[in-house]
Amino acid sequence: MSIGSWIGEPVNWVFLALGLAVLVSGFRVVTSKNVVHAALFLVGALAGTAGLFILLSAEFVAWVLVLVYIGAVVVLFLFGIMITRAPTGLDEGLDSEKKLGPALLSLAVFVMLAWGSIEAFGDNAVATTGAPTATEILGGALLGRFVIPFELVGFVLLAALVGGITIARRDLTPLEEEQRTSA
Amino acid sequence: MIANQFLILAAALFSLGIYGLLIRRNIVLILLSVELMLNAVNINLVAFESMLNTTEALGQVFAIFVITVAAAEVGIGLAIVLMIFRNRRSANVDELNLMRW
Repeated sequence: MSIGSWIGEPVNWVFLALGLAVLVSGFRVVTSKNVVHAALFLVGALAGTAGLFILLSAEFVAWVLVLVYIGAVVVLFLFGIMITRAPTGLDEGLDSEKKLGPALLSLAVFVMLAWGSIEAFGDNAVATTGAPTATEILGGALLGRFVIPFELVGFVLLAALVGGITIARRDLTPLEEEQRTSA
Repeated sequence: MIANQFLILAAALFSLGIYGLLIRRNIVLILLSVELMLNAVNINLVAFESMLNTTEALGQVFAIFVITVAAAEVGIGLAIVLMIFRNRRSANVDELNLMRW
């Protein structure tokens, strides 16, 4: 497929805009000198990803991403940042000094993955019927063929939340323990 | 739209995640980079689903599983970060040398 015919499809312009937003936000997530800004740029990257999912006619997954990630996970991150780092201004000590090795490694991974997918998939088109995937199909798969993984992943989530509470809870000192039992 | 445009975008996002994972010292920022990588995988899964058009939307089901596990990971990861910060007054990975010999 030539560049000319590719750029001729209006949907690819939307893709370019969203992809650029995702990449720029992702880049700022890993380079920003301000922790809060990094977390907020993650919102940008995730919102762009949700847009890409809508392009791929995966409406349900897109809104799950918005609800779970932007609604809950990023808020959790902001809480974590606020607790572990009272002054939220610029901080020079966020990055390690050695950047060349990681940059080369990630470039190598990118070249490998991109080359592999170009070799393997070439011009394979994604189906763009325009109609969203019916949520009914997803629900049927989740509660039909995938019901055991679904229950397991729910259990994992519960266990992780209980474990998180147990880890983060402050243990009472022996004196406080005594006061509690006597009261 | 061809599948490769999504796959290459996901590869770029994944590489950015690896870069952030390796250069950051703050644990919260490392977790942010992990989220970027998980997100790249989700893009791949949904793009493959759109390419193959399975009857049960398998790629999207897998993406939902990945999102769930990522949420669990963040919950427990931040609890551990909180505990480390409470004990060590620091959230930098290179200062956590208690188990090194």
